[in-house]
Amino acid sequence: MNFSVTEPSVRTKWFAGITVVLYGLITIIPLLWIIATGFKTSEDAISYPPKVVFKPTLEGYVNLFTTRTRVNQDELEDLPPPETWYEQLVRDRGQVIASPSRYGERFLNSLIIGFGSTALCMVLGTAAAYAFSRFRLPLKDDLLFFILSTRMMPPIAVAIPIFLMFKNLGLSDTHLGMIMLYTAVNLSLSVWLLKGFIDEIPVEYEEAALIDGYTRFQAFYKVVLPQAATGIASTAIFCLIFAWNEYAFAVLLTSGNAQTAPPFIPTIIGVGGKDWPAVAAGATLFLVPVMVFTVLLRKHLLRGITFGAVRK
Amino acid sequence: MAEITLENISHSFGNVQALNGLNMTVPDGSFVVLLGPTGAGKTTTLRTVAGLESPDSGTIYFDREPMNGLTPAQRNVAMVFQQFSLYPHLSVRDNLAFPLKSPLLKTPPDVIEKKVNEVAGLLQIEHKLNNRATALSGGEMQRVSIGRALVRNPSVYLMDEPLSSLDAKLRTDLRIELKSIQSERGATLLYVTHDQIEAMTMATHVGVLDEGKLVQIGSPREIYENPVSIYTASRLGQPRINIVPADIFGNAPQNATWMGLRPEHIVQGEGTECTVSGIQRLGDQTRLHLKIHDHDIVTVTDAHTALNTGETILINADNPYFFDKSGDRIHP
Repeated sequence: MNFSVTEPSVRTKWFAGITVVLYGLITIIPLLWIIATGFKTSEDAISYPPKVVFKPTLEGYVNLFTTRTRVNQDELEDLPPPETWYEQLVRDRGQVIASPSRYGERFLNSLIIGFGSTALCMVLGTAAAYAFSRFRLPLKDDLLFFILSTRMMPPIAVAIPIFLMFKNLGLSDTHLGMIMLYTAVNLSLSVWLLKGFIDEIPVEYEEAALIDGYTRFQAFYKVVLPQAATGIASTAIFCLIFAWNEYAFAVLLTSGNAQTAPPFIPTIIGVGGKDWPAVAAGATLFLVPVMVFTVLLRKHLLRGITFGAVRK
Repeated sequence: MAEITLENISHSFGNVQALNGLNMTVPDGSFVVLLGPTGAGKTTTLRTVAGLESPDSGTIYFDREPMNGLTPAQRNVAMVFQQFSLYPHLSVRDNLAFPLKSPLLKTPPDVIEKKVNEVAGLLQIEHKLNNRATALSGGEMQRVSIGRALVRNPSVYLMDEPLSSLDAKLRTDLRIELKSIQSERGATLLYVTHDQIEAMTMATHVGVLDEGKLVQIGSPREIYENPVSIYTASRLGQPRINIVPADIFGNAPQNATWMGLRPEHIVQGEGTECTVSGIQRLGDQTRLHLKIHDHDIVTVTDAHTALNTGETILINADNPYFFDKSGDRIHP
């Protein structure tokens, strides 16, 4: 028998391979289902047994971005011929487009609030984490514990005080209010994560930069920040995912003006029957920004680029 | 370049008194090596001169200008750290150019190019200039690290055991390079090491530190041949100086408690009987471990000696050092 400590056996490899593939399938099937449903007709979407092979249509996407009214055959024939493919698509189903839906607006709100709070969280989080990592502060450990303790219960547990506070401060249903709220919730996580990353950067680099003629602040952004890029990127992804997907506060605190996409998507169900393809289309598009953001930052997530230049 | 004066510098970390009223002058253009065991205050002295630590009390002067409270940038010092501390996100070229691009120097690009190439040539790292700093061997990293100091023209170069993490061959090469660079430029250099060969070969002055105080400063030969105490005598010389009771060969001067014997102070073939307790053949020399009246001493003998363990030989002292009870030198 040959044994090797570095090379796993064939059986182990097969076992590992099958496990990974199974896990991958289980994770990705619901996602694929949602994406597929977005391209089905309403009938196909709820047919039983479920249709795996179907004729794709953009009906769901058209419905997502429009509000429509049903008209009878005579009225339909009186109308001028449709100018666009999507008008045609709607008329084929005995409807006309009444107005654009508010999905675009809600999506934009999600972008502003999600990326706004993530950016703010990174600026404040990096600054705080640097201070906690590098300076001798009074009550440092207590402060860090206090920051962490803000996450020891679900944020929604304080929904009522926050609701009242926002009402009194005029922050209800504003972008600024939601950015501040998500930043406050995420900040403890980002301070802790970033402190860990900055702790790993040896202080010798900054001392070397100070010696090389830079001020402490210049040393921070020329030497510490580039090396903390990995940590900042992964922390930013965590923060964005939370802010992007947050539902409960969004339902509670936003309505006409600053409503984000998550509370909007379920309202589609109520308009003109259960329009599952439109809901699925809304959910699919909603996935895109986080995926793009993650892919863009992926190269910063690869560790190891900073290893080995300081010998301990 | 500048003359550095430390006046009565004290510095503590919590309960640890790292520097305790240190007084020292580093003359302009000298190569001063600080010697002392771990915890003697060598690195703290460097960091205090650099401005990375501000002393609890005392004053630092560069050319008689007090420097307390000034940042490292304002003092214009260059330092090589024991750890390589290259900026890992920059190329070798950008690492070398980093000090020149600082707001302190704001060097024009063509001058940067010239200086970087010049230093890279000096340290034989030209072919690595476009590598990432992390894609270098340990020796190359440390040369870049030294290069980052050499591109500048600072008041003083500070080096904290820059060669300690390198292999023996490279250490020998860089020792010679550093010494020649320093004497060519007439640079003031303050250098910390544990390695007495570095101290003996490079220094114009050796400063011996003990518990945060300077106990002796002088040329390497002076420290070796004329130590003021057992402590400084033990810093230089291999094998280490033997410390035995002063009267072990009979007549000792008054007040002398201890006698210090370097190998060259031990004459073989006459005097007191002792037993050979061990023989270490090092190739170019052979070390004899001897037992005399229950005291162990180590000396050097002919490389091809015919002596064996257990044999008895006669030795005597020739012009040894005498020290009093507290370890201070006595001149009889």
